[in-house]
Amino acid sequence: MKIGVLAVQGDFAAHARMLRRLGVEAIEVRRADELEELDGLIMPGGESTTMLKFLAEENLTPTIKKFAASGRPVFGTCAGAILLAREAINPAQPSLDLIDITVERNAFGRQVDSFIDQVETTLEGGSMEAVFIRAPRIRRVGRGVEVLAALDGEPVLVRERNILAATFHPEMTGDDRAHRLFLHITSRDDVAQSVRLRCAPKV
Amino acid sequence: MDNTIRLKTGLAEMLKGGVIMDVTNAEQSRIAEEAGAVAVMALERVPADIRAEGGVARMASPKKIREIMASVTIPVMAKVRIGHFVEAQALEALGVDFIDESEVLTPADEEHHINKHAFKVPFVCGARNLGEALRRIGEGAAMIRTKGEAGSGNIVEAVRHLRKIHQEMRRLTTLGEEELMSEAKQLGAPYEIVRMVAREGRLPVPNFAAGGIATPADAALCMQLGAESVFVGSGIFKSNDPAQRARAIVKATVHFNDPKAILEASEELGEAMRGLDVSKLPESELLQTRGW
Repeated sequence: MKIGVLAVQGDFAAHARMLRRLGVEAIEVRRADELEELDGLIMPGGESTTMLKFLAEENLTPTIKKFAASGRPVFGTCAGAILLAREAINPAQPSLDLIDITVERNAFGRQVDSFIDQVETTLEGGSMEAVFIRAPRIRRVGRGVEVLAALDGEPVLVRERNILAATFHPEMTGDDRAHRLFLHITSRDDVAQSVRLRCAPKV
Repeated sequence: MDNTIRLKTGLAEMLKGGVIMDVTNAEQSRIAEEAGAVAVMALERVPADIRAEGGVARMASPKKIREIMASVTIPVMAKVRIGHFVEAQALEALGVDFIDESEVLTPADEEHHINKHAFKVPFVCGARNLGEALRRIGEGAAMIRTKGEAGSGNIVEAVRHLRKIHQEMRRLTTLGEEELMSEAKQLGAPYEIVRMVAREGRLPVPNFAAGGIATPADAALCMQLGAESVFVGSGIFKSNDPAQRARAIVKATVHFNDPKAILEASEELGEAMRGLDVSKLPESELLQTRGW
């Protein structure tokens, strides 16, 4: 199984390390044609405004939308979640509209307001340590969106079909449950079978 | 690692693969953000002007920094003088996202740098070699950048510092455990951090390039030499086509391993800043020798 990590900018190396630890090949993606062979895509943390320029310039926007429409999973963390949202606010900016949520950028304040906390999750294994860096907040979730983790009752990890979005950085902790869930969504693939299920959400 | 350090280096991780641009007003910061900068450095004057005008260079006025913070959504950095922990306290209270304890400003302390562990806001510091980098990390820096020679428009010093730091790291990985204490003594660096670098072959914090970057090819050169992002100071707003040059440098930084993209980025640019021959500068005019 090959998973792409959008490597325009941001902490793509941290995601690649996490994937390799889970025994998965991680491929850096900077151009649209590099998506073809992949079984899934991660949009990392970083600066969403910078990434947006490149999505437009490299014609990645329609390619990623087509990629997601094919049923392959896409996982966005922090800036990645902002890019995947139906709507991004504060200020409003374009997004891929792949998951029915509204995300407010820099919603906790500036860097001095960044924090690490435990979040409640429906994933097996109890609460999860979550790193929030100049993090966004999910202000609205659509009806088809499942909340997989929450901080003080507010969604921080959500899923709609094959799209997964986190406002924190699971790639910056030792907890690989969010990544294993993401790989589980790639379930058509045989290799995924070996890493699946222990992280499947409780019903 | 304690949580404060994780959050500080965490933000530095988010800035990887990007360009951080020096700006002196709201208009320039919007041009930088529009071009795809991952952060801006708020300054009263760019290094080339500081060099030309002389006098004591200090932290920018809070009014100026506030104006820049209000104009963009990307992180805003600002510089303090080496050792001037009270300027740093003021910037932390102001809410800047990153502080650069910078040799570009006139040093406030000729023996000591700021104890950066005492702050919640992350710091970046310049270094010319591994010992200097590890001393700054020991003091709590969350990001290291080369010093290069700021305001020169000449990449030669940044290249020298990048190569030096990487050579010294490679050397550490070849040493036996029993050789590391004496090596730490030679480097003038904390033993525990020396051991960490010897084990991992890289700095425990992101390692960026700065000082003299003026063209897309300069930026890609630093990236290919192992820098994880670049700072561009005078190179953008001292050129005659700032918006276009800013976009071109961002593009070359992202696609630093793709010669065609670097060629594309280099085409149709106007004149770069004129630049200085660093070897002809008298020792007293070098900024990189500030810091200890």
